[in-house]
Amino acid sequence: MLKPIFEYTKGMLRVETNFCPGCTHGISHRLITETLDEMGKLGEAIGCGPIGCAVMAHKFMNVDMCECAHGRAPAVASGVKRVHPDNLVFTYQGDGDLASIGTAEIIHAAARGECFSTFFVNNAIYGMTGGQMAPTTLPGQRSTTSQTGRDTGKSGFPIRVCELLSTLDGAVYVERVALNSPAGVAKAKKAVRRAFDVQEKKLGFSFVEFVSACPTNWGLSPVAAVDFIKEKMLPYYPPGVFKSPQ
Amino acid sequence: MSTTYQESPSRVLMKGNEAFAESAIRGGCRYYFGYPITPQNEIPEYMSRELPKNGGHFIQAESEISAINMAYGAGAAGGRVFISSSSPGIALMQEGMSFACCAEVPMVILTVCRCGPGIGGIQPGQADYFQATRGGGNGDYKIPVFAPSSIQEGSDLVFEAMELADKWRNPIIIFTDGLLGQMMEPVTLPEHIDVASSKDIRKSKAWALTGYGADDSSRNTITSLRLQPEVLEKHVHHLFDKYTEIEKTLTRAETIGIEDCDVVLVAYGIVARITKEAIEMLARDGIKAGLIRPISLWPFPHSVFDKISNKAKAVISTELSMGQMIEDVRLAVANRLPVRLLSRTGGMIPTSLEIAERTKKILATM
Ligand SMILES: Cc1ncc(C[n+]2csc(CCOP(=O)(O)OP(=O)(O)O)c2C)c(N)n1
Repeated sequence: MLKPIFEYTKGMLRVETNFCPGCTHGISHRLITETLDEMGKLGEAIGCGPIGCAVMAHKFMNVDMCECAHGRAPAVASGVKRVHPDNLVFTYQGDGDLASIGTAEIIHAAARGECFSTFFVNNAIYGMTGGQMAPTTLPGQRSTTSQTGRDTGKSGFPIRVCELLSTLDGAVYVERVALNSPAGVAKAKKAVRRAFDVQEKKLGFSFVEFVSACPTNWGLSPVAAVDFIKEKMLPYYPPGVFKSPQ
Repeated sequence: MSTTYQESPSRVLMKGNEAFAESAIRGGCRYYFGYPITPQNEIPEYMSRELPKNGGHFIQAESEISAINMAYGAGAAGGRVFISSSSPGIALMQEGMSFACCAEVPMVILTVCRCGPGIGGIQPGQADYFQATRGGGNGDYKIPVFAPSSIQEGSDLVFEAMELADKWRNPIIIFTDGLLGQMMEPVTLPEHIDVASSKDIRKSKAWALTGYGADDSSRNTITSLRLQPEVLEKHVHHLFDKYTEIEKTLTRAETIGIEDCDVVLVAYGIVARITKEAIEMLARDGIKAGLIRPISLWPFPHSVFDKISNKAKAVISTELSMGQMIEDVRLAVANRLPVRLLSRTGGMIPTSLEIAERTKKILATM
């Protein structure tokens, strides 16, 4: 009898996503839901989605899930987790959502040591609204609101969220991974699992940043976008484990 | 009022804010999220102390924006949520209120009104009538607003609102002011209701986010976005069908002597109590003044205005604002009678004598 060696995860619903070619949101969605599937926890997970390109994550991820107002998912998840302390609760957020409008919410959720997991999609741009400068847009990077390249003299410097959150005692697991290579994706999956394990053990706040691609708004082909991650983003956003429980 | 408690063991002398908080707990609130602001600080303080004793949870949020979004999360997860704030804090919560209405997430919001605009002052006011009844959040939505005029009534309304929010899957606002929040009165507290454990939430709230367990055909999502115009229009119509039912069942007012009077005073909340005294003073001077006290500010009790005596010379909107409720009063009176404003603002509160004297002056011009 033929034994399947690879199957579509039950974690992703069989619907077409709204993502552009070369966008890595689909990979991050899948890593999260496939991990939950492998843990046998899809039915116990509750997701809190962003406003951004992933606003419709609840149509794709096979878990109970809600939309949250722009940037507020960490507050929403804090409320959800109080009601269901034994469920696996996560937020999924872009960089405008998490590192700009929702900065207060993510910092204070981490500071409180909230026992949920946050998955942070850093694509260095506002995707959904059409490519404006994000808090993570690189110095010199072009966007529709920094058309000659981000001028740090006028609009300051990009925020390194993992480094920032690592200073907080409530954040117990903080890792940055990059989705630009099969090896990076494999590492990312381990990080997702680690975050959920930390949450299950109720050790504190867990955070995984996915350095991600947005070919459409970067004005690059999907292949060139992968190179952009390696050459431009990773020097500024180095992958690594910033904090980990003993 | 449908509450069934009466007798003495629960009759206590309490500060308004604390009585409202205790009634929320007795009505099943197990989740409170708040940010300090005067004149409602007793509520987060009380909740931080008392909720854990009742198996509940308190979070001091980093802002009112976070507080209402925590409430949204706990409400979406099927918990019973009560939050509170005051004027500028309520302003920050209003995006969240619009979101909760669209996503049909229940919560009870107590607003202890101070005065504005801006940071304004911390004395009692009613200048957030528009904020509460018209909403500052975006889009077509409505929130029932109840305005108690005593600590007992406020306590009863908070208790009832915990049930109403779940029933209608909509936020409910209890609108009070710094005076009712800060003063003390005897109050008979309601009995505690039984609260579903987290594991049992889906039995009573099939829509809640609890994790679907073994069967993903019962997967739940709670959403606000509807990008297709025909889908969003249908959803807004669904919400408004609900609001129409709410108008039929939750419109409330107290009236005194409006079928036979020379003038009608319209007042809500604490001002209605001062106005009742003014009406007694006017009676001693031979002037028959009636009272309409809206208890629900939305839905506004328009139809009681039809009962006003034909010989009444004026309807006077008495409020701690520069004329906000008066817009609803004008709509209700519909040009049948002259409508005048009797207002103090900025934290100034009229005495009963002032209301009586100013009523006489207004009548003298009619
Ligand atoms: C209060 C509020 N402000 C602005 C917006 C508009 N808006 C929608 S998505 C978005 C940015 C999304 O960018 P990001 O978080 O980086 O996610 P991406 O789309 O790149 O995945 C903005 C500003 C909004 N929906 N709500």
